[in-house]
Amino acid sequence: MSTGTAEVKEPPESPEAGDGVVIDCKIDKLFYGSFKAVRDTTIPVKKNKITAFIGPSGCGKSTVLRCLNRMNDLVRGFRFEGHVRYRGKDIYHPSIDPVAVRRYIGMVFQQPNPFATSIYNNVAFGLRLNGYKGDRHAKVESALKGAALWDEVKDKLHKSGLSLSGGQQQRLCIARAIATEPEVLLMDEPCSALDPIATRKIEELMTELKSRYTIAIVTHNLQQAQRVADQTGFLYVDTSEGGRTGYLVEFGESKQVFEAPQQKHTQEYISGAFS
Amino acid sequence: MTPVLERMEPNPFEGVDFGKLERSLQKPRTLFSLLMSAVVTGMTLLALIPLFSVVWMLFWRGGRKLSLALFTQLPPAPLEQGGGFGNAIAGTLIMVGLAALASVPAGILTAVFLAQARPENRLASATRFAAKVLTGFPSILAGVFAYGTVVLITGGFSAIAGGLALAILMLPTVTLTAEDALRMVPEKMKEAAIGMGATQTQTVWMVLLPTAMPGILTGVMLAVARAAGETAPLLFTALFSNYWPTRGAHVALMQPTASLAVLIYNFASMPFANQVEMAWAAALVLVLLVLVVNLAGQALSRRQVQQ
Repeated sequence: MSTGTAEVKEPPESPEAGDGVVIDCKIDKLFYGSFKAVRDTTIPVKKNKITAFIGPSGCGKSTVLRCLNRMNDLVRGFRFEGHVRYRGKDIYHPSIDPVAVRRYIGMVFQQPNPFATSIYNNVAFGLRLNGYKGDRHAKVESALKGAALWDEVKDKLHKSGLSLSGGQQQRLCIARAIATEPEVLLMDEPCSALDPIATRKIEELMTELKSRYTIAIVTHNLQQAQRVADQTGFLYVDTSEGGRTGYLVEFGESKQVFEAPQQKHTQEYISGAFS
Repeated sequence: MTPVLERMEPNPFEGVDFGKLERSLQKPRTLFSLLMSAVVTGMTLLALIPLFSVVWMLFWRGGRKLSLALFTQLPPAPLEQGGGFGNAIAGTLIMVGLAALASVPAGILTAVFLAQARPENRLASATRFAAKVLTGFPSILAGVFAYGTVVLITGGFSAIAGGLALAILMLPTVTLTAEDALRMVPEKMKEAAIGMGATQTQTVWMVLLPTAMPGILTGVMLAVARAAGETAPLLFTALFSNYWPTRGAHVALMQPTASLAVLIYNFASMPFANQVEMAWAAALVLVLLVLVVNLAGQALSRRQVQQ
């Protein structure tokens, strides 16, 4: 089943775009069945930076994020026009295996979703998927340390992952995602189910992780985007064609987007005129 | 917000005395609630009467005869005293084992297909429909089927034929409960696996099946319990035997084979006190056997969860 061990360890070397863009995402049109969910959204995700997608509910920010590692393939009726280039390769090209894409571009979900197995097995999951032959214990330990969870769980690695608190579960999911050392981490509202203290821990963790990983995060929490993100994209809903179609209104350095937004919609949203 | 208030009906609680907090049987709804509780409790007790009387009779009549000899000796001839039904226990274990060997893997893999298939998949709907029909399948027909396919072709009654008949009865239960168990696995766990770069096969083997295992085992236990107690399908297929299901030192699957259910059926209607008592004891052993298998299965699935 898992043959691509070597490949996973060493991502194919292809020339990066000069400005450090790891994922170049350009969505012209995105449909679920006949429903047009997103249009005209171009987001460059840069290496070792945190890129945040913000916007009101239903603006398609999660949809855009899920395009980046082809999680939308699971949704029936999903159709996509445009391209998503990871290191210059279009991951929607017919020759690309979506399973392989997801091994380089990992994901952390809105709801903490550890497997119903031990903490250790949760983290070792990706290693087992890829038939990792090296020192699993060391990998599990370093992943848990990387997710700032090691000290809390080192004495109960055999306990169920579901026995942890929500915040710990989410850090377990982060540990699970980074155990296989993907290049990019996609985080879909990773703190929305957590309390403020757990949220703060995850935010600190993201800031630490960006030295090793490239992170793209969806959040409905503006302060969170402001605190952690290097660059921010604001998506808004366009109802002019009848449906609710999301599109990118503004994209730039977080400082600029939050302090000097260029677009009227962005200004209104950030100043709290609507949400 | 104010317009909402204006549109509201006049206070519907006007005249209601909220000061009365004490429980009182004079309030109709308190009385009704009490009455309903009494009815529910009474009905529960009523339903327990037949259940407990059966279990009590079983232990009372069967327990007296219980001895080690029952497990090691062969059935007695008419008017003979003593004896046992070791061969029937062995036969039941062999045939239920064969049936489980055939139906559990097939049932679980079918369930994986059903749980993963899209809703509009015709083959899946047809399979699910067939499985549901099969759950209500008269067990004697399973025996007739095995008689036609195995007994007539191989030219004799056998444990294989009995196992096949029982497997047909177990298959739908295993399949449908396993499908339910697989569907109960939260979608977010599936997403987590796929998001990690698991293939569909890896997702099924490493996440879906382990997570659903307690539920799947429950279904298997239900099916085993049913199969162990079936008599009708065995009458056509394994028949009965007064001897051990062996030839020389080996287990022999191609000869008539005894089973607890058929032994009970045979002995209970005999005019000999020893045989009738033995039928009671066999019934008790059968119930205990199913109970042990059930408990073992539960313990197994609990360990699975803790891991």
